[in-house]
Amino acid sequence: MTGSGVVVFVMRRFAVAVPLLLIISFGVFALVHIAPGDPVRSLLGARASDPATLAAIREHYHLDDPFLIQYFKWLSKVVQGDLGVSILGNRAVTSTIADRLGVTIFLSLMSAVLVLGLGVVLGAVGAFRRGTRLDRAVVMFGVFGISSPAFVTGIFLLYFFGALLHWFPIFGPGTGFLNRAWHLTLPALALAISVMAIVIKITRAAMIEELDRDYVTFARARGLSSRRITFAYVLRNALIPVVTAAGLIVVGIVSGAIYVEVTFSLPGLGALTIDAVQKRDIPTIQGTTLLFSVFVVLVNLATDVIYMLIDPRIRFGRVES
Amino acid sequence: MNTHVASTGHENPLLRVEGLAISHGAVPITTPLSIAVERGETIAIVGESGSGKSLTARAIAGILPPGINATGTVTLDGISLMGLSETELRKIRGFRVSMLMQDPFTMLNPLMRGGDHIDEMLRGRPEFASRAPRAAEVKRRLAEVGIVEDDVARRMPFQLSGGMCQRVALAAALARDPELLIADEPSTALDVTTQAEIIRLLRRIQRERHMSLILITHNLRLAFSTCERIYVLYAGSLLEVGDAAAVERQPYHPYTLGLLLSEPPADIRVPRLVAIRGSVPQAADVVGRCGFADRCDWAKQICRAGKPPLVARDIGRLTACVRQDEIQCELDALRTAALCAAPATPRRDETEGALVRIDALVKTFDGPRGHPICAVKHVSLRIMPGESVGLVGESGSGKTTLGRCLVGLETPTAGDIRIDGIAAADFGAMAKADRARVRRTIQMIFQDPYSTLNPRHSVGQALSEALRASAGAASASTPERIAALLADVGLSAAYATRRPASLSGGERQRVAIARALAVKPAILVCDEPVSALDVSVQAQVLNLFKRLQAEHGLSYLFITHDLAVVRQIAERIYVLYLGEIVEEGPTERVIDDPQHPYTRRLVESIPRSANQHAP
Ligand SMILES: Nc1ncnc2c1ncn2[C@@H]1O[C@H](COP(=O)(O)OP(=O)(O)OP(=O)(O)O)[C@@H](O)[C@H]1O
Ligand code: SF4
Ligand SMILES: [Mg+2]
Repeated sequence: MTGSGVVVFVMRRFAVAVPLLLIISFGVFALVHIAPGDPVRSLLGARASDPATLAAIREHYHLDDPFLIQYFKWLSKVVQGDLGVSILGNRAVTSTIADRLGVTIFLSLMSAVLVLGLGVVLGAVGAFRRGTRLDRAVVMFGVFGISSPAFVTGIFLLYFFGALLHWFPIFGPGTGFLNRAWHLTLPALALAISVMAIVIKITRAAMIEELDRDYVTFARARGLSSRRITFAYVLRNALIPVVTAAGLIVVGIVSGAIYVEVTFSLPGLGALTIDAVQKRDIPTIQGTTLLFSVFVVLVNLATDVIYMLIDPRIRFGRVES
Repeated sequence: MNTHVASTGHENPLLRVEGLAISHGAVPITTPLSIAVERGETIAIVGESGSGKSLTARAIAGILPPGINATGTVTLDGISLMGLSETELRKIRGFRVSMLMQDPFTMLNPLMRGGDHIDEMLRGRPEFASRAPRAAEVKRRLAEVGIVEDDVARRMPFQLSGGMCQRVALAAALARDPELLIADEPSTALDVTTQAEIIRLLRRIQRERHMSLILITHNLRLAFSTCERIYVLYAGSLLEVGDAAAVERQPYHPYTLGLLLSEPPADIRVPRLVAIRGSVPQAADVVGRCGFADRCDWAKQICRAGKPPLVARDIGRLTACVRQDEIQCELDALRTAALCAAPATPRRDETEGALVRIDALVKTFDGPRGHPICAVKHVSLRIMPGESVGLVGESGSGKTTLGRCLVGLETPTAGDIRIDGIAAADFGAMAKADRARVRRTIQMIFQDPYSTLNPRHSVGQALSEALRASAGAASASTPERIAALLADVGLSAAYATRRPASLSGGERQRVAIARALAVKPAILVCDEPVSALDVSVQAQVLNLFKRLQAEHGLSYLFITHDLAVVRQIAERIYVLYLGEIVEEGPTERVIDDPQHPYTRRLVESIPRSANQHAP
């Protein structure tokens, strides 16, 4: 496929994503006004409500302007990377988020690797050993995972591997790569188990279907090695539906991270959001919500692009005939 | 168990299959069969759909689908394959035995380039360890199967035509130079002219490599013209085995004869095809008796007393008919009688008063990225009342589009259609009364009747619905009328309560025809009406079409790719190629003396063997 074909495709997807992001940003902005009570009070938080501060807030958030003008002024600041000031710490929301981002990214990536890696392997094992006890165990594990929320699994893991066996720390995010990985193993696992069921299920179903395909039988009839058949034929074709669902999976991980961070008292974005909600820190809520939304939209965009790159039928179909 | 093997006398064939019985759990799919293939020999396994051909092939290669098991012995060059582990079989598959699957479109990995299917077969060999010599070898292998275009190796399977896929797959199957190739219906899914090319290619390669070939097919004529020995499989049992020329000259088994007579000949028109009644049973339903007994005109008590064994009747000739001795002369007589040509079809020269008149019809579709695709280009065509007209062409030639324009399923881009004098090019623009009249005049029969019958409605419901639509008569759909319609297509009144899912392909097509006849049409547009049917059932349905034409004075537009079918049914044919009519004329003239190069290619692609009609 020509490079320009990919560019056109990505541009077309962007054209859909931009209005979507605008709608989301509008919703996020409207939060201030939807929240019960006077927006000035909401934005005031715990500060003393002397007239000077109130006037400063009205001035800062352009609360005297018409609603749409307020929105555009806010949006232009957001685009420049200014999400306002957190009510509590009186710090820029962006720098609070920057502090917390590291843990969340580490946690999400770690569990994404677990979900995709372990999920695909387990799904494949189930498919290859279809109908055996091993297969049933894998399916059971998936059902168990999807039906127990991440914080429940998290508490169980904490108690068992942390408090009882002392294999893993029960608190804190750790410092440095290895130490952090060690600290985040249990949270990542708790998070992964709840999302993995989808990957196991999709992989297993897709592989079972692939194993029955004519081209797999034909590959066997030609005496290709089982490794070649497993990877180049069965797995590669079966991964297409997994990639299609990857957007959903990543979003599931990131939203699950919110609970897990609270369960394991990790100073990540999720914990920050929950904290901000409890304290009605509107600018921070706006900041994290916006960040999550942009992330979700971008992940879906990326999934589409990857899907197009790995499935030649789509890639060539679009450009040629 | 019967252990007769029709070998040509050699003691040590390359492949010897003995007592191979395939079953699905407790349900038998084949009874014990024995097959022998010499080095360099080509044999055919012939049978209608569901007879167990593909599973037999897969059992030989040791790749049965899960849940299906096989017993018996498969010996390749002295090695018993049945007991081997998957790892050991892998050293035999590809190197000694290779197999082509039934559907060329699904045989290649959709995510792998065409050439990589050959490339991956070569990787294990030291001389092809590096990329460059391997690429050169892939090129050489593709050239062997007649692909010289450089970019085919780099194309993805979905960018290749069916014939190309089949060639690439063949090159991949042959890449490790097997001694035996099993080809499962290698040409069935392809266009007629491509079919002939693929079969020629297989034969050439078989001869050049001195390879053994098992050709699996449902087409007896193809088997006769390609193979040295024939195995006739029916409902999981071998009914006749023998030298191809001898079997063709004088079939011993009533089924073989029936199959031979059911296949419409392409070079003569017979008054009536000798059809086998009924349809193919499942192997499990005919355990312990002659599987053909329910359809056989010679069946006696003895035929149902036990499964007749396959026994030798002559040198290299075996049959599983217990009454072969007694009935052979009757079989021979039937064969001779069936071959007498029909009187020449009445020639009509007048074009006045045509029932259907199509002038300069054009139909374009919007292609991808705004490029219009011209499916039908400037086609003119006439159908006289009571005349049967054939429209012949390959897939993509525009024949179905033309048929759909005629019945108002598509609106032509330009041109004129007149049906019974009414302008019917644009159904949407017609007066209501005219539209109703045209709809009653012209009806369509599709290739796959299943998709046009509502699965939730019984046959009776479907017919009464159609009857109600006819002439607006309120009392039209009495059980008597339904029974009469069913009788018209050769079904008993009891079929009215059946649902489409419980009908065989032939029965469904009959119901679809009955439904079309409900409105008493003057013309039926039949789009490949018999191509999805088994040969023996196809003959029944073709006879039905002929009878209905005679009884009701129907006209037909018979759309098909099969010249032999059209020869039997049409008085005049149009040959459509890339959306244009390249030749038209009386059927005999066009088939016996084709003028256009494309028509000639079509006619040449009909399989023929040397002694075609020796009695
Ligand atoms: N995977 C399967 N599981 C159960 N039954 C099967 C399976 N595959 C085939 N059969 C049954 O075995 C019988 C023989 O099937 P097979 O595919 O060998 O027929 P065939 O002669 O190749 O027919 P066709 O001409 O349609 O390809 C059929 O009755 C079919 O329904
Ligand atoms: S054994 Fe009997 S039923 Fe079977 S083919 Fe011969 S005559 Fe017919
Ligand atoms: Mg088959």
